[in-house]
Amino acid sequence: MVTDTDTARHVVVIGNGMTGARFAEEVARRDPRGERLRVSVVGEETEPAYNRVLLPGVLAGRYAPEDIRLPVPETGAVSVRTGVAAVTLDTERRRVRLDDGTALDYDELVLATGARAAFPPVQGLASPDGTPEPGVTALRDLADCRRLAALARPGGPVVVLGGGVLGLEAARALTERGMRVSLVESAPWIMRRQIDQPAAQILAHHYTRLGVAVHSWRVAARWIPGTGLELDDGRLLAGDALVVTAGVRANTELAEAAGIEVDRGVLVDDTLATSDPRVHAIGDCAQHPGGGGGLVQPGWEQAAVLADLLTGTRLDARYTGARPVTRLKAEGIELTSMGDPEADDTAETVTIADPHGGRYAKLSVRDDRVVGAVLLGLPEPASAIAQLYDGRAPVPGDRLALLMGRAQPEAPADQPGPAPLVCRCNAVSRDDMEAAWLDGARTRDAMARATRATTGCGGCTRDVDALLSGWNGREPIPTP
Amino acid sequence: MSRATHCPYCALQCAMFVEAAPGQAPASRPAPFPTNRGGLCRKGWTSAELLASPQRLTAPLLRTRRGGDLAEVDWDTALDHVADRLAALRARHGADAVAVFGSGGLTNEKSYLLGKFARVALGTSQIDYNGRFCMSSAAAAGNRAFGLDRGLPFPLPDLAGAEVVLLAGANPAETMPPMMRHLAAPRLIVVDPRRTATAEQALKNGGMHLAPRPGTDLALALGLLHAVRAQGLLDTDYIAARTTGFEDAWRHAAAWWPEQTEQVTGVPAEHIRAAARMLAAASGAYVLTGRGTEQHAKGTDTVSAWINLALALGLPGRVGSGYGCITGQGNGQGGREHGQKADQLPGYRRIDDPAARAHVARVWGVDPGSLPGPGRSAFELLDALGGPGGPRALLVFGSNPAVSAPDSERVRNRLARLDLLVTADFVLSETAAMADVVLPVAQWAEEEGTMTNLEGRLLRRRALLTPPPGVRTDLEVIGGLARRLGQPAERFPADPGAVLAELGAASAGGAADYSGVSVERLEAGEEVFWPVPDSAATTPRLFLDSFAHPDGRARFAAVGHRPPAEAVDPEYPLLATTGRVMGHYQSGAQTRRIGELTAAEPEAFVEVHPDTGARSGLADGALARVVSRRGATLARVRLTDRARTDTVFLPFHFAGPQAANNLTNAALDPTSRMPEFKVSAVRLEPAGPQDAVGAALARAAPPRG
Repeated sequence: MVTDTDTARHVVVIGNGMTGARFAEEVARRDPRGERLRVSVVGEETEPAYNRVLLPGVLAGRYAPEDIRLPVPETGAVSVRTGVAAVTLDTERRRVRLDDGTALDYDELVLATGARAAFPPVQGLASPDGTPEPGVTALRDLADCRRLAALARPGGPVVVLGGGVLGLEAARALTERGMRVSLVESAPWIMRRQIDQPAAQILAHHYTRLGVAVHSWRVAARWIPGTGLELDDGRLLAGDALVVTAGVRANTELAEAAGIEVDRGVLVDDTLATSDPRVHAIGDCAQHPGGGGGLVQPGWEQAAVLADLLTGTRLDARYTGARPVTRLKAEGIELTSMGDPEADDTAETVTIADPHGGRYAKLSVRDDRVVGAVLLGLPEPASAIAQLYDGRAPVPGDRLALLMGRAQPEAPADQPGPAPLVCRCNAVSRDDMEAAWLDGARTRDAMARATRATTGCGGCTRDVDALLSGWNGREPIPTP
Repeated sequence: MSRATHCPYCALQCAMFVEAAPGQAPASRPAPFPTNRGGLCRKGWTSAELLASPQRLTAPLLRTRRGGDLAEVDWDTALDHVADRLAALRARHGADAVAVFGSGGLTNEKSYLLGKFARVALGTSQIDYNGRFCMSSAAAAGNRAFGLDRGLPFPLPDLAGAEVVLLAGANPAETMPPMMRHLAAPRLIVVDPRRTATAEQALKNGGMHLAPRPGTDLALALGLLHAVRAQGLLDTDYIAARTTGFEDAWRHAAAWWPEQTEQVTGVPAEHIRAAARMLAAASGAYVLTGRGTEQHAKGTDTVSAWINLALALGLPGRVGSGYGCITGQGNGQGGREHGQKADQLPGYRRIDDPAARAHVARVWGVDPGSLPGPGRSAFELLDALGGPGGPRALLVFGSNPAVSAPDSERVRNRLARLDLLVTADFVLSETAAMADVVLPVAQWAEEEGTMTNLEGRLLRRRALLTPPPGVRTDLEVIGGLARRLGQPAERFPADPGAVLAELGAASAGGAADYSGVSVERLEAGEEVFWPVPDSAATTPRLFLDSFAHPDGRARFAAVGHRPPAEAVDPEYPLLATTGRVMGHYQSGAQTRRIGELTAAEPEAFVEVHPDTGARSGLADGALARVVSRRGATLARVRLTDRARTDTVFLPFHFAGPQAANNLTNAALDPTSRMPEFKVSAVRLEPAGPQDAVGAALARAAPPRG
């Protein structure tokens, strides 16, 4: 591949995760010959970039680790170095020092350092330097996956600490592998940030049926290696392994040490610029006023916007905040949530609860737009409502019909006009046929010659036979 | 007297009997044949009407000055005028100042001779055809995957034996009803933003309807491939033995897990998984694509993604399963094989291949160096007309680009900039009405020729009637012009048999080898599918032993999804998509002149979800203005809950203020140069009183000279 590296600006990307790799791909699509940008991606993990979202699927055995690798742009203008971490950032000289002793000079820097698992202050979870104690693991990367697979034995007990999306996906994946799973959530109900309590109750029922013991509003007290997790009420949940899925913390250290403004994440504006205009941040490490951390979609949107800006493809591109839709990826459970799940007081809200059928739907609408929805066990309305939410599109007038999904199609006799059509292809009505019958068309063949009925797609043949049979008072003479 | 021939319209090419008794209006009725199995839609039933229509042209028309009227002249006057003007423009501006626009409706013989005429008599590289707007994405993807592009690489009746057939962006129940006779038994998975008649059929028969947001089919196909692998349904033996490139293709599909696919397409993740299971569990399955999934600025990659899905399931190149694309125009297949495409020579050869040039030049008796190189693709050609460096003259055969091209107002402006516009047609189409010279030509039932249908099956078109006095065949027109341009008469014969024989020689050894095709074989009732390298050969099923790449393997394509060229915004909040209705064909130049069809579908409509209609203040039956960034269309509102709330649909058979292509976007696919007909951002508003008058005028009359 020919690249013009003399005039191309150099972009260094710190982080080869889902957002960093996607950014490189987005740049390569806009600038396939590397005429405008040369991109160097640096990743701390030794693995090639992979799809973190599918780690529970790897755990469940649905994917091999190599199945979840992300595409690498096929252009000489993108280079990727794995197993190398950035140690210091000098925004003055625009230089990043790496832990292999080398340094990279940049024209533009993109921080895509992601986030790491946050361990709650529970006794026995981690040593003072943050290293997990024996039996304990997060589920952030492939190394965690491998560790968990080694710790857990089929049929053995595993405890999941944290009943958010990742915890629930991990719990489901572990049951698919034959583990006995206990799940502990300190909030009053599981997926507290995404769904309301009635939905959580029905969801918990699903999990109970799948063999997961759900303990909501319970605080972990102590991890006892080889035994299990002790709760603050003294109960002990047996576990060969403890999976900690109790939230994440943005990786902001590099930026912070360089004097870049940081809150919970690296602060960015609508152009994804940090307080240093040459430094940008995207994905889980970034903090935008519009939110969007923790889910992959906003990170990918940010990657696309930043690629538009840095390649000069679309200089008016802006990231104006996320419209995150949460989809639980758990075999056999269809759960979607978006917006504010508890907007009942400030919005028109329609709710359907069907605990027996394991289904729940809630839709909150303000000014004809979706402001929040929770859908459990209702895949069709879920996808329709998510699209309305994502596009800020107006909600159809019949909210109940929307929540129930589209009605099944009725018989296709709905052409406007005086008589319903028997043969749609040739626009033959029952009246036309009757007139032909009165003129002597007694067989299917004669009817076809007289009216053309049955000669299009052939789908009306049975109906035509039935009509003839009725009028003839006997079976029609079949046409070969 | 009743004789068998084939319908003049779509690529199904239904067999028909035409009754042509002296003194009576000719009439058609269905004939038994493997493809239509005795079926015929209302277009076919009424197709003979135009043969005796008072609206057909029977004398050449000439406009001697800009803004003047077209006046009848004799043939010599018309052809002399054209030849003189062409010679003058060529002398002044070079050979590429003259361009040719052909058609997927022309016979193989006409397609071939037109391509030869452009390259030899005109010496221009500037030739392309309306098939660029039809099959080009599927053709490019088919060539990329299999090394050969034949719409269906198997006979149509094979479909009836399948358990499951996935139709991506195809609505045969509406567009080619007799095809449904082969799809009555299989369960169908229909991918279409609209709940079409075909989708209804799927739901009735235990199949599925997946309704993606327009412009997201590629994501859906990637999501299906993902769901196949994630559920352990890959045909790994087949992938290992007969394909290459799976891992690179998978890298892209890996980013499209079903829930992610759902977010972009709106198709529920569970339906994606279920469709993958249904396809994989079938003992015989087919994946078929149509224009809905192909007419996009990423159409080639989208078709590649559907082919990837078929390959992952081990379908192509086996009896009883496969991939195919459903060709649209009557000779959409043959029309793309014999040299009216900007980059091709006869036999599906590449014009930039020295060996291909040498072979064809030898058959033509010219120096290979005299053959021009590749020219502009259809839209680029139309867009360049009359502009700096662009052609100054255009000859149009069997096409109506003033209606059928995207962003049609722009195209009409380009046509108006020409120094000379010539059309050969049998009615005064909207393009002909703009022309300086209109040459009246014979119709389908008045001349001999061969067609290649959607299966790659050779068909014989018969001369059942004598053309009216004053009408000439396209071959005679081409020959007449060629002679006036100094070509020897024998180089451009008017006899279709002679042209077929020459086409055979020119295509010999090419991918689409017709050298063994003869009228005698077709007359004897032989089933002849190309390639036909000798007089005994026929190839009903391709790829059974190997694919057409040098290594014999099919190639997965590493393709990723990208958004459509145009996005919705508050000013243009809806997506418009376009397509066909049962009663009309293509630009409607023919079918809008048939009383029964026009009575059934007299004007453009816009299909709108009731909720979207209510928001726009539009009741059922109201006249709406549909407005895009490029233009506006007037259409009668049809409220239906079969539409998505974010999408409206318009048929493209109507002209002037009712032309759907006033809206469409000419963003082109980088490989196939296919325009993005299927996604335009629009808004809907009630039409004003002035608009109603305009619509009534558009409805009332075909154009006059």
